[in-house]
Amino acid sequence: MAKKLVIIGNGMAPGRMLEHLFEEAPGVWDVTIFNAEPRVNYNRLMLSPVLSGEKTYEDIITHDDAWYASNGVTLHKGRKVTAIDRDQRTVTAEDGTTTTYDKLVIATGSMPFIIPVPGHDLEGVVTYRDLDDVQKMLDAAAEGGNAVVVGGGLLGLEAAAGLHMRGMNVTVLHLMPTLMERQLDPAAAHLLQAAIEKRGIAVKCKANTHAILGDGKVKAVKLDDGTEIPADIVVMAVGIRPSVQLAKDAGVNVNRGILVDDRMLTSDPHVYALGECVEHRTGIYGLVAPLYEMAKVIAAQLAGGAADYAGSVMSTKLKVTGIDLYSGGDFAEGKDREEIVLRDASRGVYKRLVLKENKIIGVVMYGDTGDGPWFFDKLKKGEDISESREMLIFGQSMAGGQPLDPTAAVAALPPDAEICGCNGICKGKIVEAIAGKNLDSIDGVRAHTKASASCGSCTGLVEKLLVLSLGEKYQPNAVQPMCGCTELGHADVRRLIVAQELRSIPELMQKLEWKTSCGCAKCRPALNYYLLATWPGEYEDDNQSRFINERVHANIQKDGTYSVVPRMWGGLTSAKELRAIADVVEKFAVPTVKVTGGQRIDLLGVKKEDLLGVWADLNKAGMVSGAAYAKGLRTVKTCVGSEWCRFGTQDSTGLGVKIEKFMWGSWTPAKVKMAVSGCPRNCAEATCKDVGVICVDSGYDIHFAGAAGLDIKGTELLCHVNSEEEAIEMIAALTQLYREQGHYLERIYKWAKRVGIQSIKDNIVSDRAKRKHYYDRFVYSQTFLQVDPWAERVAGKDAHEFTPLRPQQQLLAAE
Amino acid sequence: MQWIDICSVDDVPMRGSRVVSAPGGDIAVFKTAKGRIFALWDKCPHKGGPLSQGIIHGDAVTCPLHNWVIGLESGEVKGPDQGCARKVAVLVEGDRILLAADAFHRSAA
Repeated sequence: MAKKLVIIGNGMAPGRMLEHLFEEAPGVWDVTIFNAEPRVNYNRLMLSPVLSGEKTYEDIITHDDAWYASNGVTLHKGRKVTAIDRDQRTVTAEDGTTTTYDKLVIATGSMPFIIPVPGHDLEGVVTYRDLDDVQKMLDAAAEGGNAVVVGGGLLGLEAAAGLHMRGMNVTVLHLMPTLMERQLDPAAAHLLQAAIEKRGIAVKCKANTHAILGDGKVKAVKLDDGTEIPADIVVMAVGIRPSVQLAKDAGVNVNRGILVDDRMLTSDPHVYALGECVEHRTGIYGLVAPLYEMAKVIAAQLAGGAADYAGSVMSTKLKVTGIDLYSGGDFAEGKDREEIVLRDASRGVYKRLVLKENKIIGVVMYGDTGDGPWFFDKLKKGEDISESREMLIFGQSMAGGQPLDPTAAVAALPPDAEICGCNGICKGKIVEAIAGKNLDSIDGVRAHTKASASCGSCTGLVEKLLVLSLGEKYQPNAVQPMCGCTELGHADVRRLIVAQELRSIPELMQKLEWKTSCGCAKCRPALNYYLLATWPGEYEDDNQSRFINERVHANIQKDGTYSVVPRMWGGLTSAKELRAIADVVEKFAVPTVKVTGGQRIDLLGVKKEDLLGVWADLNKAGMVSGAAYAKGLRTVKTCVGSEWCRFGTQDSTGLGVKIEKFMWGSWTPAKVKMAVSGCPRNCAEATCKDVGVICVDSGYDIHFAGAAGLDIKGTELLCHVNSEEEAIEMIAALTQLYREQGHYLERIYKWAKRVGIQSIKDNIVSDRAKRKHYYDRFVYSQTFLQVDPWAERVAGKDAHEFTPLRPQQQLLAAE
Repeated sequence: MQWIDICSVDDVPMRGSRVVSAPGGDIAVFKTAKGRIFALWDKCPHKGGPLSQGIIHGDAVTCPLHNWVIGLESGEVKGPDQGCARKVAVLVEGDRILLAADAFHRSAA
């Protein structure tokens, strides 16, 4: 049986530890996590971009629910552990949940420090630590007004920049004479202060907060010198202290942090401690790189190996867009130290290297930080720089005598130079991944190496490596054009159709300056769909811009014959229908009859000139086109549900039929396959469909964005509803959103990945009015589309398609 | 050269095609957006797909089976692929489309 590993805390460090553990020793540990925050693991370093609006919460999730599920991790969200019993080896949460462990990892992180001045407990005084804090700041920013940030360190400045970008008047108060005094020397700090003030953020150094004033809610901050600064929100960002109370109560040895040895073990050999709560050789760490190193050390031991943690040297980059700042190592002045300084006041550049015994021990850079990693690499390796000392400060391009190519700095780095400090990824590993996995984007590199996936400050370096490896093939912001006929991408074209009210293919090609006279086989079907979906009832479908299958409403086969699939609503059929199908098979000598994966019957090998006859006979028995050829609703697969099945909870067959009857005929960017299962046993395989419904006792779980073709992917849960009517409204609204946003040939799962699951939920689930809006548009569009294309053609439409030409004169025998 | 009257220009839809049965197989008659008329044997040089069923753009057709693009004027495959569909000589007289008579000889295939 798997041994039990319990983790208290679900921050970045334990998340990383589990990644290593599952990679090295999958299945060895049965893992349970207690998280005081009510969510999954996210990248805390990225709170600042969320605050400033440059990213959303979804962008910064590290592990989603599916990751926990697929690794068999039990995650208790929103349950705070209140006690550890080391004798019984159990932990107990607030709500009484108790779990036993073989090994325990305490990763309780740290608490923001709140200065205990009068008024610190007023409403409107917040810290800057987690998403809840960000939400409070965003709520305050929505009303505008004044913000005071207490603390001019990394976090405080990032908070100030974010609140300023959200439109607040921001003042930063800092106790020390210069900003970020732990990372910057005074010269760099002055440059930083000037840059921040230039943005319109007020900075007051040597400002000691005396009291926070207000009546229930904060109104102003009063300084020691009597100055009062009006404030609608006060952000305390003056530092963190390790959260050690739980460990202390359990009798584990604690000083400022939880004391650990080089194996990261506490005074109890069954208990590890990890992250910001740890004190290791008197050091306490608040940056991510050392925490990840610790995570690796614990994972290696849990996987059965041995590893030691020896402390870390750290570098920092400020994540405020437009301010370029880098610092690393030790840069305090001292007798045994020398320094090399470069200042270029007009360019706002400042670089300082602190040397000791001909080795770099500290780096501070402002304005131009491109060489930061190069210097830091020398620092970590303890390289002797006496040879290159004269040119050293000018960076590697000069010191190495290389021309000033923007990628030269990166090119000159050795393969083992660290690029991503957060994840400890070196240049060689990234270059290897780019070549070995054919990567051509930052996202690709992130996915395969994790480089640039945490704080993102090395993104520029990773991009340079892409340029270096791929040359001109790498185009960071290039929009993939629809086809060779235009430079515009699908999204641009869809937007311009609406914005410029383009209503026909020729008009669109004229206005959007198509490079070919009438497009090509790639763009024309896409444009035809976009216009059809944008202008229901107005746009006249261009048959010659449809692929043959949609033009003749049958599927072309390799020999030029066609296959015919009549609709069987929800997969139901009858003796009458089957008899009619049998008659057609015999009458037209159909060579192959097959049951499809979507619960339909496929007649294969029908000659084109026989299509009208086959359809006419099927129509007579009440059957219509099954649209098995369409970029549109294909099938709704069902199980027998509560009507027959002893496990069925709802009438899944009936709901499937209702959905299919409501939605047939709609054109979509790519094919749409649905299913309804009558219970979670899921016999209709709804969880790999574009849209799937799982019936449960309490109603209907609506899933979407599954795939079981080129890619295999389980669905995402959209929502739970209580009635069939709500289910149909939800699915129709979802489909309409997809019809309006999807790129041609982009299946729902790819669309969802592109726009984000949350944005879809925001439109369809959380906002009743928006849902209604999309639903109504779907219903309107359906009024023009629910006409059986077979019956239309039997009645004479597009007759030229189905009738070969006969020469008008008989050929005179020339032989 | 002998010609056979097939149909009127209007019988072929714009950016569309019609199929004419001949003893040696089907012939596809194409009409481009600019009204030019072309004819090819209805077999893609790749896997024999019916070119008549493809999408016509400019002076080319994209085969419905595997998206090879064939120039209508020469029958030659465009782009990275190689091959050539066989041409049938066409004559447009007034609003009538005529094809070379030898295409209809049994030996033509």
